[in-house]
Amino acid sequence: MNTALTQPGAPMKVRGIQKRFGAFTALDNVSLDVAAGELVCLLGPSGCGKTTLLRCIAGLERQDSGELYLGDRDVSLLPPQARDYGILFQSYALFPNLTVEANIGYGLTGSGRDEVRQRVGQMLELVGLVGSEKKYPGQLSGGQQQRVALARALAPAPSLLLLDEPMSALDARVREHLCTELRQLQRCLGITTLMVTHNQDEAMLMADRIAVMNNGKVEQYATPQEIYDRPATPFVAEFVGQGNWLPFSRNSASHAQVGGMNMRLADDAGMAKSGRLFCRPEAISVNPPVHEENLFPAKVREITFLGNRCRMSFELEQLPGHPLLAELAPEAMPRLGAQHIWVALPPRSLQVFA
Amino acid sequence: MFKPLALVAAVLTAFSVNAFAAKTELTVYTALEAEQLKTYKKAFEQANPDVEIKWVRDSTGIITAKLLAEKDRPQADAVWGLAASSLAILDQQGMLDNYAPKDLDKIGKNYRDAANPPAWVGMDVWAATICFNTVEAEKQGLTKPVSWQDLTKPEYKGKIVMPNPASSGTGFLDVSAWLQTFGDKQGWQYMDDLHQNIGQYVHSGSKPCKLAASGEFPIGISFEYPAVQLKRQGAPLDIILPKEGLGWDIEATAVIKGTAHKDAAQKLADFSASPAAMELYKDNFAVLAQPGIAKPQTELPADYEQRLIKNDFAWASKNRDSILTEWRKRYDGKSEKVAGQ
Amino acid sequence: MTLPRQVSRAETGDRVFVVGGKLLWLLLLGIAVLMPLLAIFWRGFSSEAGQGGGLVAARELVTSANFHWLLGNSLKVSLSVAAIVVPLAYLFAYALQRTLIPGKAIWRGMSLLPLMAPSMLPGIALVYLFGNQGMLRGLLSENIYGFWGIVLGEVIYTFPHALMILLSALSLADARLFDAASSMGASPARAFRSITWPATRQAVFAAFCLVFTLTITDFGVPVVVGGDYQVLALEAYKAVVGQQQFGRGALIGMVLLLPALFSFGVDAWLRRRHGDSMSGRAQVFQPVPSALRDACYLTIVLLICAVLLLVFGMAVYSSLVKFWPYNLSLSLNHYQFEDTAGGGWLAYRNSLTLALCTALIGSVLIFTGAYLMEKTKGQKGLNLALRMLSFVPMAVPGLVLGLGYVFFFNLNGNPLHVFYGTMTLLVVCTIAHYLTTAQMTATTALRQLDAEFEAAALSLKAPLYRHYLKVTVPICLPALLDIVRYLFVSAMTTVSAAIFLYSPDTILAAVAVLNMDDAGNVGGAAAMSTLILFTSAGVSLLLAWASRGALRRSQAWRQTAPGQ
Repeated sequence: MNTALTQPGAPMKVRGIQKRFGAFTALDNVSLDVAAGELVCLLGPSGCGKTTLLRCIAGLERQDSGELYLGDRDVSLLPPQARDYGILFQSYALFPNLTVEANIGYGLTGSGRDEVRQRVGQMLELVGLVGSEKKYPGQLSGGQQQRVALARALAPAPSLLLLDEPMSALDARVREHLCTELRQLQRCLGITTLMVTHNQDEAMLMADRIAVMNNGKVEQYATPQEIYDRPATPFVAEFVGQGNWLPFSRNSASHAQVGGMNMRLADDAGMAKSGRLFCRPEAISVNPPVHEENLFPAKVREITFLGNRCRMSFELEQLPGHPLLAELAPEAMPRLGAQHIWVALPPRSLQVFA
Repeated sequence: MFKPLALVAAVLTAFSVNAFAAKTELTVYTALEAEQLKTYKKAFEQANPDVEIKWVRDSTGIITAKLLAEKDRPQADAVWGLAASSLAILDQQGMLDNYAPKDLDKIGKNYRDAANPPAWVGMDVWAATICFNTVEAEKQGLTKPVSWQDLTKPEYKGKIVMPNPASSGTGFLDVSAWLQTFGDKQGWQYMDDLHQNIGQYVHSGSKPCKLAASGEFPIGISFEYPAVQLKRQGAPLDIILPKEGLGWDIEATAVIKGTAHKDAAQKLADFSASPAAMELYKDNFAVLAQPGIAKPQTELPADYEQRLIKNDFAWASKNRDSILTEWRKRYDGKSEKVAGQ
Repeated sequence: MTLPRQVSRAETGDRVFVVGGKLLWLLLLGIAVLMPLLAIFWRGFSSEAGQGGGLVAARELVTSANFHWLLGNSLKVSLSVAAIVVPLAYLFAYALQRTLIPGKAIWRGMSLLPLMAPSMLPGIALVYLFGNQGMLRGLLSENIYGFWGIVLGEVIYTFPHALMILLSALSLADARLFDAASSMGASPARAFRSITWPATRQAVFAAFCLVFTLTITDFGVPVVVGGDYQVLALEAYKAVVGQQQFGRGALIGMVLLLPALFSFGVDAWLRRRHGDSMSGRAQVFQPVPSALRDACYLTIVLLICAVLLLVFGMAVYSSLVKFWPYNLSLSLNHYQFEDTAGGGWLAYRNSLTLALCTALIGSVLIFTGAYLMEKTKGQKGLNLALRMLSFVPMAVPGLVLGLGYVFFFNLNGNPLHVFYGTMTLLVVCTIAHYLTTAQMTATTALRQLDAEFEAAALSLKAPLYRHYLKVTVPICLPALLDIVRYLFVSAMTTVSAAIFLYSPDTILAAVAVLNMDDAGNVGGAAAMSTLILFTSAGVSLLLAWASRGALRRSQAWRQTAPGQ
């Protein structure tokens, strides 16, 4: 790919950003480092502060305190025009009265006419829309509009790309395809990218690292794998993927009392004296070989067929009234009608939260 | 805080006011009929090419009120064609610059301010007239009134229009004449009776005659100028000069004290009193301030001038305020026939 | 890393555009709205001799029998007019929005006629129709002068104002609600009671208040057909213009401000309490065919249009008649304005100047001001102040605003006094008078734009003013043209504020109408009114045509534009 397409991405640093709207704290002392060329997702439920953080970085909101660095520049107090980033909005915000060409060339002031035309052509080639120069945004499909908006954001060769829920206006079919495409493009260009989303699948698919946010705070900032396997807080555990919660009290360093059961814990499971144990549904096995640890009798409540896998709702006999979920390959499912089964909760899959 | 504003204002005014005109622009207040203004202005500007008249025209009462309100900061340079009774009030307020026009000796002594030099100099005389629509009279079976007293007859109920004396000079000279000829008590009694027959009080002195001419109200208390004009245009009007005598007033000219264009204003006063101007007035009025120029108007009787009452201007202008207050109290906005609705 | 030079230049440019623009707006609103209003109160309560103001005079005024009579008359007239106009306008609006009668565009156009002429025109036409020499005099037992004359004239004058509010209220209907109602077996009457009425009753109240306020502050109709039946607005006019009693005028002005303020307050309160009941996903309502219903509504619409046509046709006809009622041959004599009182062709030319300046300057100022208030984030306090100030004119009748201008700009020692009597001041006053409605049109159009347009432009380092000119203005062109039309027609027909502010050089056509009627030259007044009517209607048609042309040219991108 042509190296002149963008400047090398710059690292970005967020330091102790604080933002209030009246009595509501939107951002509570948020800090975040994004390495050059990295794609970071801000993931969280609506109202968690992820969009506010993006807007602060873009200079569209002014933080109450804290600093922002882009490369080695302190951009905390600069107006948006002076920050050097491109942004792709949820609505794309394409100017409907301007052609595709004019939209992409909108940010290319100060360059000559030929230069602009050349750059626009380059960008159209990059997003695969050569030939649409004279069309208006209204004449394009949603996916094409997104690409035009992306081309417009990238045209001035910014050192940071901001994506605000870029996929939410698209239907599910094209979404995954575009996610992959966008990810490839970003890798290719090596542009530092920050993306806001509430969709964990998108985040998992695209991000180098994910910052899970809740109530104006970053709950966990790690790779997708880490976020899924070792959630740092109950919120992250609950928000990302599905999970089972079991109330416990500590018997010893290595064992926990759950209802009438004594469960063994892994060495690094956590220190809390009592609280809840967390376990992913796919970690649970049904009717395993007898030597498995943490093997307990259970009763099947319901089985749902999901195509490539099955979901089973069950109750541990020694913890009645507390439905749990397990996800299994269809062939591992208990035979129909078998109400009583054995389930294993491997120690490595149990995580302790206070 | 006003300094920068003043600067902006000054810059902007340069655009809104034509400051580069070489001619002297003379602001002249007048209560003359609008039709007359063009001829008078043209004649004056021909005689004085360096002066341009800017008219401010309204009814006598309104022009008087405006002049009084602007007493501390006069906007007018001169007055050409305002009731002498009004000018007398301005004179009492010290607002007029006494000046003797070139042809003052030719002006009849009754038609100028007694002081020397005079505060105001007359142009012509206008007097009360009843305009009577003959077509409507026949249709509605009305007899032709011959006196002021006739107008209080019940057959005219709702058929008469007269000008409001507060705004109209004609209205005021009617009221002032009735009070002078009938006496104070009978005068007001007469107006009480007349009030029962009034269809409407209107703003200007010529409107009653116009309403009579169009038959909207068959009888209009007005003055002779619109009556003569409308009759010439073919309106079915009888011009009635009531036998008790006609209230009248002098249209006069004066220079406003403190004007920035004193020269031009005095030129105007000179012109207004000149024989050339009298030639213009004569087309519109039967009695002029310079004797011997007027020609009898065919629509008016030959003895027209003798029918004017003996008018005490000093009394009229001294009592103008109290008369108007009393009039307003009695007739303005308390009409019984509408209060019932 | 060094910043490209253009960025810092764009930044400075934007600051000048945004902050400078807002400060300029604040200054203008302060001078054009706030100070004149304060001047009214100052004049009303200062007891300068001969001015009829001050607390003592206020008490005297309020307790005088004359004042009670005037107030009673004003209230009676205004309530009657509102009670007649609102139901009629509701039926008319319902016919246009909720039935399938033919020729809707024609009826709609006809119903707007009264907006195109000064309020004196219906009065003049009524004189020719029902005056003592009126064409249809025989239909009435008494002549038209007085209570019924004023009421009829005001009904015609205020009809389109009420109609516009009700039309927009009735245009919003969620078809799903009606489907639900009919699936539950509700009769049309029940559906009206439970769906249409609750959704529109607030607009009915707003229309009632507007008609009431317009009527109580109008003196154009009373001055022509009021006869001796006098009202407060006329008294304020007479006090200031006729007697130069500014204090008395100010006191009555304050009284006239009360109903407007009251209805404005109640309306705002209702709005806040009810909020917006229409969801974004509402389905457009399509009336079902019903011959009987359509026949009934068509009859009503035809009757109302016939009355309007009769009145306006009569005004035009009377302006052409040589000497009413004795010589009915037609001529253009009444159009020879130079020989009559009132200002003649100068007045007409001045009105054209005023209307053009008001429309062009006003629309640019108002639209840009609305843009800055809607689309820029900073200067929160400034935005709030601007928003509040720009809502004030809606609650201030033109008569009161005009009085305020007299008091403020004619003040001794006010350097702005140089504008007194100039066209500049007339333009400023007219823009201020019609500011709120124009700004609401602009705001509505701007709110339909994608909220991120400005953020996108800023991220692309484009200066905001360039974005405003290249993107915002072209998209909002239809709304902008609508504002131009509204301001032009309003300036052409207004008399309420201008009557206090003109000088012989700047006399206006609508003022000339009033003066000619005052002098008894009713034919001339009719002629000038007709001229205003045709000018306003002509310009409106021209702008509608231009707007349609602009829309057609931009069809390529307008049809499926995203985010709209």
